[in-house]
Amino acid sequence: MIQTLAFYLFATLVVASGAITILARNPVHSVLWLIVAFFNGAGLMVLVGAEFIAMLLVIVYVGAVAVLFLFVVMMLDIDFAELRSGFVKNFPLGFALALVLLTELILGVGAYRAGAMKLGTPDGTAATGLGTSNIEAIGALLYSRYLFLFEASGIILLVAMIGAIVLTHRERKDSRGQNISQQVRRRPQDATRNMSPGVGQGVEL
Amino acid sequence: MTQTFQHWGLSFGAAWGLATIAGILLIALPLMLGVAMIIYADRKIWAAMALRRGPNVVGPFGLLQSFADGLKVFLQETIVPSAANKGLFLIAPIITFTVALMAWAVIPFNSGAILADINVGLLYILAISSLGVYGVVIAGWASNSKYPFFSAMRAAAQMISYEVSIGFILICVVLWAGTFNLNGIVLAQKGHVFGFINGFVANPLLFPLWVMFLISGMAETARAPFDLTEAESELVAGYQTEYSSMAFALYWLGEYANVLLMCALNAVLFWGGYLPPLDIPILYLVPGFVWLLLKILFFFFIFSWVKATVPRYRYDQLMRLGWKVFLPLSLFFVFLISGYLMATGHFA
Repeated sequence: MIQTLAFYLFATLVVASGAITILARNPVHSVLWLIVAFFNGAGLMVLVGAEFIAMLLVIVYVGAVAVLFLFVVMMLDIDFAELRSGFVKNFPLGFALALVLLTELILGVGAYRAGAMKLGTPDGTAATGLGTSNIEAIGALLYSRYLFLFEASGIILLVAMIGAIVLTHRERKDSRGQNISQQVRRRPQDATRNMSPGVGQGVEL
Repeated sequence: MTQTFQHWGLSFGAAWGLATIAGILLIALPLMLGVAMIIYADRKIWAAMALRRGPNVVGPFGLLQSFADGLKVFLQETIVPSAANKGLFLIAPIITFTVALMAWAVIPFNSGAILADINVGLLYILAISSLGVYGVVIAGWASNSKYPFFSAMRAAAQMISYEVSIGFILICVVLWAGTFNLNGIVLAQKGHVFGFINGFVANPLLFPLWVMFLISGMAETARAPFDLTEAESELVAGYQTEYSSMAFALYWLGEYANVLLMCALNAVLFWGGYLPPLDIPILYLVPGFVWLLLKILFFFFIFSWVKATVPRYRYDQLMRLGWKVFLPLSLFFVFLISGYLMATGHFA
């Protein structure tokens, strides 16, 4: 009973906040609604018993990715008139994209109905894994059966990260960096001297 | 607690609901009282270190100062700047406050005294603490003012930087405890060193990680010396600049609730939580809750001490410490500790 109630609550909120993400005029509001959608998605994951995935969804998407989105969007200087002017130009592309997504959705539902792959039991509870808890089950699979794929995806991500750094890094000749160890090693006697100059006499430095 | 309610003749569902609500109240109300007293303690400690008297007028020894302040802000008018984004401006402090309370759900106060004994307790804490940044960022943007915006930018960068190294530190603790459940982590520390010292902190491999965790915790909660988000000499009051009345008070309460949570995490993850410091039967006569409270107060004293003595970091120093010192060091410890545990057959 309470599961059904919670499911419909989370599901309605995901769909609604997803819709508002697209419809909101202000990009910052869009990102915030997207975060609400992520959060409710995590709620759905908890309901099907995938608490590990739910927590990762919140940590990675809400805690890191969406913060960066928000960061970028906030710094934009938003001109609403200009935003709307591109509508006609971008309409065919957007329509094609929507069509592709719709086809994928129909295909996915069709494939699920056909029942060829075992995704989960119809009442919504996921199939039980190898270990006793979620984390152990995922760990046991990732580090045995899917070890190669897991490591390969790790290396791809590492290469992508280093590539992005190399491509965007530019060395500035005119900036003077700090030498931290030199700063730390500096002692008061290197920098200051106690003097007692007489009246009317200056000091030589 | 559910069983007690069931004894009164309630169905399981109703008993569970009542027990959960009672649990939430049992945590939230003492926490609010604790936050009020800890603000007073913070001001007293700070004053003592500056050779001042601190609050000493309202009530005996000034004990009621926080309540007087609370009443004062409660009666003030909530001012919303005309150019602010009204809805977000008012939601932001509520987010900060709610998030600060949410994380307490998985803290074990005694054996069995835990609101939500979930498998992924530690991940839940990480997830909730990563939400904390939204209260600040939304406030900075919605205020439509320069200083809060700068503060929001700083907060976002700062919290992301330190979360990474905190994640690695927690992985080391999890490797050693073998569970993400906070109660399990506490129990794994029982007699951890020499068979009678309770706590990972006495372990020479984990002690440096505790020091890093303490410092990262100060940065994560934006406490001095890392309080660049509200550096008054540069940013007026940071993201709180445009806030007044209860909205301001919610930030204040949320911030201290977060600091208390960090202290509680230090106690639970490294200092044996509700276990006494030594595994001697006579020490177990003192209830576990008291041990946890003593540890929290001890860490809070350290936080106040640091606030009173250490000057504020410069922004580039803060970033350097997070990315160039803590991140490689904690990553190195993940390798070291997992290697050590593999070599000694811990996972067998």
